[in-house]
Amino acid sequence: MHVENLTLAYGADAPVVSGLTLEVPAGQLTAVVGPNGSGKSTLLRGMSRLVTPQSGQVLLDGKDIHKLPARELARQLGVLPQGPVTPEGITAAELVSRGRHPHRGLFARLTAEDDAAISEALAAVELTELRERPVDQLSGGQRQRVWIAMVLAQGTPHLLLDEPTTYLDLAHAVDVMNVVHAAAVSGRTVVAVLHDLTLAAQYADHLVVMGDGQIAAEGRPVDVLTEELLDEVFGLRATVVEVGGAPVVVPERRLAV
Amino acid sequence: MKSRTIALSILFAVLAVVVALLSLSIGTTKLPVSEVVEVLLGGGRRGTRLVVLDLRLPRVATGLLVGIAFAVSGALLQTLARNALASPDIVGVNSGASAGAVAVIVLAGTGGGNISGVAAKVGIPLAAVLGGLLATLIVGALSIQRGMVDAGRVVLIGVGIAAAANSLVAWLLVIGDVNDAGRAAAWLAGSLNARAWSDAVPVGVAVLLLLPVAIMFNRDLSALVLGDDVASSLGVRVARIRLALLVVATVLAAMATAGAGPIAFIALVAPQIAQRLTRMERPPLVTTAMLGALFVVLADLIARNGLGWLQVGPYELPVGVVTAAAGAPYLLHLIGRQQKGR
Repeated sequence: MHVENLTLAYGADAPVVSGLTLEVPAGQLTAVVGPNGSGKSTLLRGMSRLVTPQSGQVLLDGKDIHKLPARELARQLGVLPQGPVTPEGITAAELVSRGRHPHRGLFARLTAEDDAAISEALAAVELTELRERPVDQLSGGQRQRVWIAMVLAQGTPHLLLDEPTTYLDLAHAVDVMNVVHAAAVSGRTVVAVLHDLTLAAQYADHLVVMGDGQIAAEGRPVDVLTEELLDEVFGLRATVVEVGGAPVVVPERRLAV
Repeated sequence: MKSRTIALSILFAVLAVVVALLSLSIGTTKLPVSEVVEVLLGGGRRGTRLVVLDLRLPRVATGLLVGIAFAVSGALLQTLARNALASPDIVGVNSGASAGAVAVIVLAGTGGGNISGVAAKVGIPLAAVLGGLLATLIVGALSIQRGMVDAGRVVLIGVGIAAAANSLVAWLLVIGDVNDAGRAAAWLAGSLNARAWSDAVPVGVAVLLLLPVAIMFNRDLSALVLGDDVASSLGVRVARIRLALLVVATVLAAMATAGAGPIAFIALVAPQIAQRLTRMERPPLVTTAMLGALFVVLADLIARNGLGWLQVGPYELPVGVVTAAAGAPYLLHLIGRQQKGR
């Protein structure tokens, strides 16, 4: 996946992302981080055709995503938007089966291939036993994993995930990140917008730091996530320590006396 | 389709047919059901044939078709707006259609309380569809914010547009000839009284053409309930399909309104009950259609004979009065539930 000189704006407002170029490493997990309002979610929406670019283009295997037919794109690129709404009463298996939409004919029932993809996706997020449970009765972490299973069932070589760990406690966030990482290990190209820097650094192969609608830095987490960068882009005074080869951010406290 | 959904669709279809047969046999001239069936199969005495085929069947057929049209329209609008209150009888589609139809009745009326010929056969359905589409267009345009249809706004703006259309209707009734206005007022309550085949055919054609279209989009609707962003990343062309289904839903409700008046609450209640019973995350189209047909013929049976059964008198009620009496408490229940959900 390649992003070329992309400029994104909502209506006549000033561009949220301006002239951004990014080469997404294939078969790896790329994490996009950045302060609030830096344009990271908008970038992801631009990469998934949810926002039409003002200029520039997004290429998928050399083809402009805005020139691909909708169904064809949906077989290449899976997208999980931020905080999707779960319809009341839908079961886990039912929700995951919706991921097969771009593969199905107008009236065709689910094929054996569809069923296999659904079961495989539920197994990947370790929710096989809960497949007949209504999703709104699951915990926040389980619910998020069902949604990820839905995009996994879509069977696309490319995945874009917008803040998949938002509102989850650390244990559940780690569960979700394990699943996301496994998707990349299995050969998919995964891009995830994340807000937790340490979590992003622990899992990402490639880290993209955004500031003011541009890429402030990118590369291996250990090279990118430095104390100077945190100060410059996030305005955060912190110490960065290394644990198991990945940087960990420890913010500087200012305690009231 | 899940087996539960199929079973319920068949159950409601059978019940609708049973009630329809009862409706054909009960009346001033009581006929045994066996004789009604004989007539429908092409036999029977001449007098019986006249009563069943010419007097009662058009009314029952109109009822069944109008029920399907209202119910499917409600199911589509509720799914598109992701709001149980977004049915054509609440968000102004029926009111817009009524305003169109009443305009034809009053303005093209002969003053003798009867309009006939082309004005009635083509004018009323056409004006109803135009009025309904206009209402949908206004509600749709005003509900869009930043390119997205806001589910909450649809209902609030729809209620406002319904009120505006209803006041237009009231004004038409005031300026119209007293006989035309009287006829329009009876029609406005939602009535199947004295329906002829010319009432059943237009709504029948609408159902025959548009129900398959709606069913064709069934799978896209399944993706749309997950939200516009998810649906679009699953390959659904959201804007195009939303517009197409909006037109389908509007025309169905408008044609039903033209055929029997704005019968209240069928479009609101049938999809919700079908959804509960099938345990789906959105109203199932076919089950909803069958339930809508059942509700209207049942309500009409009660409207025709209820007062007689209660020994109050030989009067017939308009079917809309019965559906309103049964539907209003359900509306209150829905509003209560939505507020708790907030």
